[in-house]
Amino acid sequence: MSEPVQPVSLPPSAPQKNSNVKHLVIVGILVLVSTFLLNYLLQASGLLPVEASAEATIIDKLFDTHFAIIAFLFSLITVFLVYSLVVFRSKPGQSEEGMYFTGSSKLEVVWTLIPLISVIILAYLGAQSLTQTLRVDTQALVVKVTGFQWAWAFEYPDYGVTSQSLNLPVNKQVLLKMTSRDVIHSFWVPEFRVKQDVLPGENFVKELRFTPTKIGDYQVLCAELCGGAHAYMNAPVVVMTEEKFNEWITKEASAVIQDPAQRGAKWSANNGCLGCHSIDGKESVGPTWKALFEADIEQIDGSKVKATSTYLRNAILKPRQQMRKGYSNLIMPDTYGTLLTPEQIDDIIAYIQSLK
Amino acid sequence: MKKALSLGIVRGLIWQIVGTIAGMALVGIIQIIGGKGWSLEPAYVVGSVIGALAFLAGVGAFTDWFHLAQGKEVPEPEEMAYPDGWTRYLGVSYDHKVIGLQYGAVAIIQLFVGGLFALFMRTELAQSGLQVLTFIQFNTLIGMHGMVLIACILLGSAAVANYLIPLLIGARDMAFPRLNAFAFWLTIPATILLLSSLFLGGFETGWTAYPPLSVRGPMGIQGFFIGVFLVGWSSVLGALNFIATIVKFRTPGMTPFRMPIFAWAVLATSLIALTATQLIGLSFQMVLFERLLKMPFFDPTRGGNPILFQHLFWFYSHPAVYIFVLPGLGLISELLPVFVRKPLFGYKWIAMSSLGIAIVGFLVWAHHMFTSGMESYLRVPFMYSTLLVAVPTGIKFFSWVATIWQGRIRYDTPMLFLLGAIFVFLLGGLTGPPLGTVSTDLHVHDTYFIVGHFHDTMFGGFIFPIFAAIYYWYPKVTGRKMNETLGKIHFAVMTPAFLLMTLGQMRVGLLGMRRRIADYDPAMGFDFTQLLITIGGFLVGAAVLLMVYNMIVSLRKGSPAEGNVWESRSPEWQISSPPPAHNYDAPVIVVGEPYDYGLPGTRYIAFGDTHPAPTSVQSATPGGD
Repeated sequence: MSEPVQPVSLPPSAPQKNSNVKHLVIVGILVLVSTFLLNYLLQASGLLPVEASAEATIIDKLFDTHFAIIAFLFSLITVFLVYSLVVFRSKPGQSEEGMYFTGSSKLEVVWTLIPLISVIILAYLGAQSLTQTLRVDTQALVVKVTGFQWAWAFEYPDYGVTSQSLNLPVNKQVLLKMTSRDVIHSFWVPEFRVKQDVLPGENFVKELRFTPTKIGDYQVLCAELCGGAHAYMNAPVVVMTEEKFNEWITKEASAVIQDPAQRGAKWSANNGCLGCHSIDGKESVGPTWKALFEADIEQIDGSKVKATSTYLRNAILKPRQQMRKGYSNLIMPDTYGTLLTPEQIDDIIAYIQSLK
Repeated sequence: MKKALSLGIVRGLIWQIVGTIAGMALVGIIQIIGGKGWSLEPAYVVGSVIGALAFLAGVGAFTDWFHLAQGKEVPEPEEMAYPDGWTRYLGVSYDHKVIGLQYGAVAIIQLFVGGLFALFMRTELAQSGLQVLTFIQFNTLIGMHGMVLIACILLGSAAVANYLIPLLIGARDMAFPRLNAFAFWLTIPATILLLSSLFLGGFETGWTAYPPLSVRGPMGIQGFFIGVFLVGWSSVLGALNFIATIVKFRTPGMTPFRMPIFAWAVLATSLIALTATQLIGLSFQMVLFERLLKMPFFDPTRGGNPILFQHLFWFYSHPAVYIFVLPGLGLISELLPVFVRKPLFGYKWIAMSSLGIAIVGFLVWAHHMFTSGMESYLRVPFMYSTLLVAVPTGIKFFSWVATIWQGRIRYDTPMLFLLGAIFVFLLGGLTGPPLGTVSTDLHVHDTYFIVGHFHDTMFGGFIFPIFAAIYYWYPKVTGRKMNETLGKIHFAVMTPAFLLMTLGQMRVGLLGMRRRIADYDPAMGFDFTQLLITIGGFLVGAAVLLMVYNMIVSLRKGSPAEGNVWESRSPEWQISSPPPAHNYDAPVIVVGEPYDYGLPGTRYIAFGDTHPAPTSVQSATPGGD
């Protein structure tokens, strides 16, 4: 590396050096002032939509960092530029040349290394921010999302509910498992900030997690051009309290299917009943449901009890009190009273009744 | 009639029509013989390729090679006498200056067409609701606007580089004049085919043509693919030519670090274009085959992978962004010293930063795919590489600022556009990092924020500098100056209008406006901002028309440009305007540094007879080693 700025001076050099310092001081102050002003303006002018998810809060912090960087660099370059344009303009009638200097390796190294370190730090912050947005909650509510030209469908596999609107309980992480029936779509709710393309093909089910934090009405927008009515490929998103969500999903769940036996089949599948109870007469952990209804059940003491609706409801709600011969009463969870609504239990009984 | 047929372009167009029909008939016959029945799409694809080659044969781009293959004598380009008059622009010429202007004329037509498409879209978007266009029309226009203007940028850069590179490096012509003409004439059938997709049902995919959408839609996509393929071919051949010319044809004494800085920019650009363009051709060709031959490259139900396309596509299309802006950034570096009367600050660093951008540009493509569903562990490394682009770009900005510092700034029209370029490109650069860090990109990806961002980079990196170049070199090309007042009005209208447009775009984008939508929900409250964006867009269009008007009028009425109009040190200004047929009558010898403004008694070049360069070459070179 050779010498730094050498004002190979044609017009007198000493005054120029002094004036350089003077100019730099003025510009430095202006850059600072402008940075603070601009940063304030950017922060105050509401550039981003409402923060309605935990991820939005994390992401917006990084946006704020970006706005500060933008404010500084914009001020740095434009203040230098505008100052030069005013102060170093060629006055009318002058044909004077500018000050002669061709470069400075020192300066170049400085403005290579400082940005290099800065971008590495920024990338590190970016990676951290990304990690935070990817936090996994194993209890997340699973929703299967299907995109197609030009609408969305949402399925709550745990409840057997399919819906045209994405209803979510507040402050509970949701795990979307997304697929497409035709072309590429993209799931985006601006207020949640996160976005994920939705691809066709069963090997390309894409997941997206976020935690809504603000009750309100939003919209899913398809963010990937999918032809035709892409602009209208929206669906409502409703974030509600957990109670309201449970109320809704229960209502939906029972509203979906008219036949109670069919509903019951779904509840028993979704709640793990069929893991232990076969429906075809096969022996399993628990008694089979086939031809169970109104059968005579042999008890431990040898007596027989008819499996009426009341008996079955009792068996579901209070498994520990069951005395059926050949089966332990300690295996079946005794939590179904809280997991299932009375209506759902009725449905399941209707289902059992239908299994002749 | 006979006179019209003497024009290469007329012959070419007739041959293209005949070739297309012949190709379609051939496929039709095969289809019918094969018992498959007539199907338009394969016939059109084959017909249009044959038609394009027929155009080249008809215009005469193959003639010399054909003669060489037969062992016949062909004239050396160096010794050819060129006819005067405007007709030489309508047929094959090997003169790089003619080819440069031919490229320029086609680029301006494309600018007009592509801009017009944008104004249709802006009219539709001026308020919510669907008023002017249907969905398919709108979707077709967004893709056409993108690709026609990408072609315009490639051709516009080729125009400037073709005209200037041989002049700047003291050469008599490009290294391969015939290849140069061939590369230019490819762009005519390419443009025709690209535009033909409008009449084939259009296409719905935007310029990115992602499958499976591009596999399903109307067949207009095929015209689009073949047009892009040919433009890409032209770009590859042009790049090859520039590299050979810059490496081998420099005048004596012009060491690499004494080249005009624009030559470095073109060299870096050409290295990218030569090595990356194939990938867009490949990706489009694969979709073309998937459509025609049912090869399921990207069909997930038959083992294909739609994300693969995106990797192939962006492997070109990200570096392509640097193909678009590096020549413009080179022009800023080239012209700034002339108007600040000061040496270019950190010449070597600027030269190397162009190469740096070119190299880093190859490592960042997947930042277009952060939301695509590619393997998610790829996102962080691509974030690091993406942000690295800021380093060489920063070097350019800081060096420009230092170049202007303590200068004696002259405010001629080209300088205004240079300043506009720096400012607008700065906005484009600063809005890049939020797109580079993954989590913020999850929000802004596929929104109007990105639309605003890349229009800033394209205008700052291409439109503004190229307009500066037009005002600056117009006197060199025509011998007359453009009207200064009109030029300044052009600048004063276009700059604020453009800023209104892109800042508005970024604003609505951050708030949730998706890109590529024909309509938006009035409840989002974007109507007013959208109207402002539309007004900005129309004002930009009007300002550009004013420049074209200025160019046409000044051709006859401009004040004569005598001598060195801008007091430049560059060799092309030391000869008459317009330059003679083979540029320099006497050999050009480099005797100093290109940008030593403010160092009296020095020159960049001298004209020798056969004398060697004077020995006073080692003027002050404080700028690093």
